[in-house]
Amino acid sequence: MSKKTPLTLFEKVWNDHIVLQETKSTPAILYIDLHLIHEVTTPQAFTMLRENSLKVRKTRSTIGTMDHSTPTLPVNKFKDIEVAGADAANQVRQMISNCKEFNIELFDFDSINRGIVHVIGPELGLTQPGKTIVCGDSHTSTHGAFGALAFGIGTTEVGHVLATQCLLQRKQKTLSVEINGNLNNGVTAKDLVLAIIGKLGVDGGTGHVIEYRGNTISSMSMEERMTICNMSIEAGAKAGMIAPDDTTYNYLYDKPRSPKENDWDLALKYWNNLSSDIDAKYDKYIEINAADLEPMVTYGTNPGMVVNINDPIPINGDASHNKAIDYMEITPGKSLQNKDVDVVFIGSCTNSRLSDLKAAAHILKDRKVANNVKMLVVPGSQRIKADAERLGLNKIFKEAGAEWRESGCSMCLGMNGDTVDSGKLSVSTSNRNFEGRQGKGSRTILASPLTAAASAIEGKVADPRKYL
Amino acid sequence: MNKLTKIKSKAVVLKSKDVDTDQIIPARFLTTTSKKGLGKHLFHDWRYNEDGTDDPNFILNKNDNEGSEILIAGNNFGCGSSREHAPWALLDYGIKVVISSKIADIFKGNSLKNGLLPIVVTEDILSMLMDIPRPYLSICIEKSELTLPNNEIFQYEIDEFSKYCLIEGIDQLGYLKRNINLIEKFEEKRLWTP
Repeated sequence: MSKKTPLTLFEKVWNDHIVLQETKSTPAILYIDLHLIHEVTTPQAFTMLRENSLKVRKTRSTIGTMDHSTPTLPVNKFKDIEVAGADAANQVRQMISNCKEFNIELFDFDSINRGIVHVIGPELGLTQPGKTIVCGDSHTSTHGAFGALAFGIGTTEVGHVLATQCLLQRKQKTLSVEINGNLNNGVTAKDLVLAIIGKLGVDGGTGHVIEYRGNTISSMSMEERMTICNMSIEAGAKAGMIAPDDTTYNYLYDKPRSPKENDWDLALKYWNNLSSDIDAKYDKYIEINAADLEPMVTYGTNPGMVVNINDPIPINGDASHNKAIDYMEITPGKSLQNKDVDVVFIGSCTNSRLSDLKAAAHILKDRKVANNVKMLVVPGSQRIKADAERLGLNKIFKEAGAEWRESGCSMCLGMNGDTVDSGKLSVSTSNRNFEGRQGKGSRTILASPLTAAASAIEGKVADPRKYL
Repeated sequence: MNKLTKIKSKAVVLKSKDVDTDQIIPARFLTTTSKKGLGKHLFHDWRYNEDGTDDPNFILNKNDNEGSEILIAGNNFGCGSSREHAPWALLDYGIKVVISSKIADIFKGNSLKNGLLPIVVTEDILSMLMDIPRPYLSICIEKSELTLPNNEIFQYEIDEFSKYCLIEGIDQLGYLKRNINLIEKFEEKRLWTP
């Protein structure tokens, strides 16, 4: 008997979803288990369905939420959603009518299930190991934390999945990112993923699916793992995955939409075989020692331009580096510490979960946000908002002088009216520091919730470790 | 989707690398529910001054670049979000080909589904092209050939299937629909459906 070829987690999930194998002349037909949709990247796909008299093939596998253009101030439905502008309101209304017309479950404004698409999938138990999950949003990579193959797609592909529950795909290469050792106090999953992007570069993962491995990863909570997988796309990788284990199963066990009773046992049996085989080969490898890391901050205009919070900003760089330095109005050779901050944003699909809010609240408790700082705390979902309020976190934020909002993508990309003004500097727990990402002319430093909270107190970029 | 067979055009050279989709089309223009009309917002914050007038220093605003159908950009073009508004904006503006030494995965896939051809060249070719102000290039889709200003021919890589779709001007949905019986069979045979 010939020995079976050892497979990686990615290869196992990929193989299990092949409707038709790829050939030299045709891509594979990949079956999609879960299709998450939101208001920004779907209207044109629904128009395509309508123009071609097509239906949604599997409404049960399609779930809608509204997050990108929705206001984070309380909404009086159909009346006040204009706070984000008439176009945004129109987009939200179309989402509601499209879901109704095509019989898709939508988490509307009054639903406790509403929230950022990559936050609600996991917290409802829709995100599960071994699933293929897509969404018209690049941070779909987040769901890979559960051992799912999850990636962002464009609107044409949203139409393909709606109509056929399948996608045409070429198999990606594999990249092993192995992290071992303990993270030091004050160093979080966000700092780790920023360090990974710094090492790989913003295009180091292009064409690859990342698998995060090693004892640092296996000892992380699901929320931390989600923060890691979320930013895979910032290293150029469409997807990032982590093998499911007891932490995954314990997280999912009592979630509203996770498998129940006999289905749970069947699922568990399947999930337990998903981990990469011991001898499995990857196309590329990198290793990181967690104990070497410190809190990280980005200084430039892409997430790969990142330094330890105490380290000086690199002096020598190419034209892009120099352009970024000019845009950010920072001084090479000096650290970012004590740089004046105008805005602090805690939120986004990277860092808006309960543990992130707890971490920020831990630092802000009995302290005040500096006078020169506007601080926004935006929970990832309505459930997280409710949980945080039960714990009194909202009071801590408000007493400190921060604003406590409804869930949504908010200031991560500033589509909904929550923006950073031109020329202002923001310390943000989100995932992208591109020019103008948080509003035209805005400048962004990406950091962990701890660093963001410490910076809010001081009104300057601050090392959080002195507050722990 | 328009058929794409041969392109002969001078190219616009955008020297920046890691050009992200937020630069190609800023998020605030994504509230549209149509694919049309995004060309006027292409590279919006690099292209226009605060008062809405053209920034004369931005490459697209230089008169001699008018009518160019090819964009050459630094390494890792199209990184960032999955917004298909990025290729829609380029196409609406009149760009039919994007050339770089690396092109981000999702952007590349989105482009091919809309009749925008992404061509990945070597770093040497890219730097050679970057040094010519308005390189004149021709592309034969059928042969996957890019003819450089020095008349050398570079054979670029493209998925056969994507090439076929570009030449015929067809969306890939037809192929999926033709295989619907296989999709049905796949759904039936799955032991455990999540």
